[in-house]
Amino acid sequence: MVGIVTYGSYIPIYRIKTAEIARMWGDKPEHPENGLGILSKSVPGCDEDAATIAVEALRNALKRKKIPGNKIGAIFVGSESHPYAVKPTASLIAEVVGAYKAHAADLEFACKAGTAAMQNVYAMVKAGMIEYGIAIGTDTSQGQPGDALDYSASAGGTAFIIGKDEVIAEINDTVSYVTDTPDFWRREGQRYPSHGGRFTGEPAYFKHIISAAKILMEKVGTSPHDYNYVVFHQPNGKFPYRVGKRLGFTKDQIKQGLLTPYIGNTYSGATPTGLSAVLDVAKPGDRILAVSFGSGAGSDAFDITVTDEIENFNRDAAPKVWDMIKRTRYVDYAMYLKFRRMIVEVNE
Amino acid sequence: MREVAIIGAGETKYGEHWEKSLRDLAVEAGLKALEDAGIYAEDIQALFGGNMSAGSFVRQDHVGALIADFTGLAETQIPAFRVEAACASSAAALHAGYLAVASGMYDIVLVGGVEKMTDLPGEMVTDILAGAADREWEVFFGATFPALGAMMARRYMHEFGLTIEQLSLLPVIAHKHGAMNPDAHFQREITLEQVLNAPMVADPLTLMHCSPVSDGGAAVVLAPAEIAKKYTDSPIKIAASTVANDYISLHSRPSLVESPSTTIAGKKAYKMAKKEPKDIDLVEIHDAFSIIALEGLEDLGFAKKGEGIKLAEEGQLYYDGDLPYNVSGGLKAKGHPVGATGVGQVVEIVKHLRNEAGKRQVPDARVGLAHNVGGTMTTSVIHILEVM
Amino acid sequence: MVVPRFWRERRYRYNLIGTRCPECGTVYFPPRNVCPKCGRKSVGKMEEFQLSGKGKIYSYTIVHQNVLGFKYQRPYVMAIIETPEGPKVTGQIVDVEPEEVHIGMPVKAVFRRIAEDGKAGIIQYGYKFVPDWEEIEKIARP
Repeated sequence: MVGIVTYGSYIPIYRIKTAEIARMWGDKPEHPENGLGILSKSVPGCDEDAATIAVEALRNALKRKKIPGNKIGAIFVGSESHPYAVKPTASLIAEVVGAYKAHAADLEFACKAGTAAMQNVYAMVKAGMIEYGIAIGTDTSQGQPGDALDYSASAGGTAFIIGKDEVIAEINDTVSYVTDTPDFWRREGQRYPSHGGRFTGEPAYFKHIISAAKILMEKVGTSPHDYNYVVFHQPNGKFPYRVGKRLGFTKDQIKQGLLTPYIGNTYSGATPTGLSAVLDVAKPGDRILAVSFGSGAGSDAFDITVTDEIENFNRDAAPKVWDMIKRTRYVDYAMYLKFRRMIVEVNE
Repeated sequence: MREVAIIGAGETKYGEHWEKSLRDLAVEAGLKALEDAGIYAEDIQALFGGNMSAGSFVRQDHVGALIADFTGLAETQIPAFRVEAACASSAAALHAGYLAVASGMYDIVLVGGVEKMTDLPGEMVTDILAGAADREWEVFFGATFPALGAMMARRYMHEFGLTIEQLSLLPVIAHKHGAMNPDAHFQREITLEQVLNAPMVADPLTLMHCSPVSDGGAAVVLAPAEIAKKYTDSPIKIAASTVANDYISLHSRPSLVESPSTTIAGKKAYKMAKKEPKDIDLVEIHDAFSIIALEGLEDLGFAKKGEGIKLAEEGQLYYDGDLPYNVSGGLKAKGHPVGATGVGQVVEIVKHLRNEAGKRQVPDARVGLAHNVGGTMTTSVIHILEVM
Repeated sequence: MVVPRFWRERRYRYNLIGTRCPECGTVYFPPRNVCPKCGRKSVGKMEEFQLSGKGKIYSYTIVHQNVLGFKYQRPYVMAIIETPEGPKVTGQIVDVEPEEVHIGMPVKAVFRRIAEDGKAGIIQYGYKFVPDWEEIEKIARP
């Protein structure tokens, strides 16, 4: 069997309340809190970026289970905020863990780059090409100040190590669904992304998640009630419940993996971190459906079964997702701008 | 090894000398010392120049040759080179000059120190000075030089209960003395409140606990003691010249409240000069940060460890007290052109030993001690001077 | 553009790798090729040794006048941290209010951006320290 051998997440400690952002732009706090279902979002410190978050997430995974660097055969890092446009985050990860013989590369597909990394690594393990592989989804995303996306664009990441030995969560199967749909994009040289407003809903998020979910459930022969948990991509606190309802899932199945109301949308980290939150509490035999969505557009869906091995696995060796969500330091809008370097450049 | 004396001394005023360049300052100090000794270029047999960072401040290296050249010594082809030990550069140069004469190799030697620091903005000066610490493992991670001094202070306060108000007595005393020194960078007194309320540099040290950025130069002429009286009626004997070293980083040391380099250089100096702390009539202590001066006074045996501040509290450190401290104004008020300071401290002591210090003269001064430090008390150089 | 000088130290800075002298067992950080206690006996024999990243604050300061490149982080906390393995390390304390920092505070190392060579140059990563929440909570409820 091929599946997740260990996992770890990292969420920066800083938060800003959406009510504080609303105050700045003359919005009523009810708009983000009730309309979007987001109370606060995570803010990276000015010395954090997608690479540092990736390293911390991976170190948390390795605290739970140590895999030596020379057994790591692949490293794929998915993000839409890699620190360099040219110079991969994956090579930094390789250096940090000492995996000098790994197939390494960075991936981009908006918010589904992290799950695309998982699929690549899963395939290489399944093919017998590598023993273990690291897949990371990490982001320090930004929205244009004053734009709706600024209520949700946040920072965080999760690392999975996938292999064949002592698997704690077997990946039974994975499928994808992709079309050319320009719901949200950023042209080269632009600082902030643009989006199609309401076009990002039905033709983008809902169409691709529903398609990928249905394709997978038909392929493996399951229905929503076969799953203990489902994790959807979560651009706000509402969409996952809506798409879940349309597919036939209940709120209880969705709740554990829905983090956006407190930490915002961690983009490439969103679905992976939701899955991490589920693994924090899952028991042997639990079945999980995870479906990501990346604008542009596509969805990756995973059918996962938790194994008995999770009882021997030391989850407590690293912070759990909901514990990290609760460890907070709130900042005001001015500190938020300073951290996000949105103040016109200071001459260093 | 024969005994060595100082037969001439001179220095520039310390301050912001917008009109004067590095070589202007060096030449001014050098010529003053030569005139004071009554000798000419042909008499000099070697030149040792102390300078920390001309290469960074003004993009000029080869400082020894430059100073010799512009002091008019180019045609004499004498040996001339720079000695560097961060903020102890010129005291280290003096040690080198001392060895040159004591060994018998040279008779008349010119030793000087110079630094031109004000050609760059403050942030860059801070960065260059940080080169006295460990660039890769202290400065790279964010520690400025004052931050290192502040961590020494914070630890001392933790171990001995020293308060910031107590520590602030030292810059007040330094400024009281500087106000009497017409060559000092700052010639005004300051109050305790002004010290405490000054802008914070690195908590708990404010701007007033840290020495300023100054330009300046200082020089002395050395001769064998046995012929010194040929040149001057008041030659001053170098009774001791010692140097000691320590780990460059604070994090490598077992303690932040004492300095092995000062303690050991001090002990060697007392032994060499056959003196004890109670024999010293005045001291020039390296107060780049007040905490360094405090630890220095203790390490040199003037007070028990942890009790040094009592000297300040009991008024002993004033120029008419039991242990006149930094009567020149010290690094804090006289100024700190880093490469010049060490020799400048010696020039000050020479003035007192010759009874030529004017308003701030320490009465009956016969023996003086200069304590010059490089980095965070990494290199310590001690000179004990005595009337002959 | 400064490249090799920082690249050379990357492994030691990413993973807090120091050296250990096999003669006397002393651990050093940053790494040394010569043991100060054993001198030439240690040359060529020093072994790499990774610190756990745990430690306690030995002394600290709040820096208001920054090192070049740290202007954005003013004021920031610098500290000397003593580690259970022996060496002390100089590093920044982050994710904390300056008022909370005290001598003896348990901290642990994290991976952060330290500096960058301007907007177009290489980013230098390395270690900083955050409060060791688990340790602090353990001390709070014994």
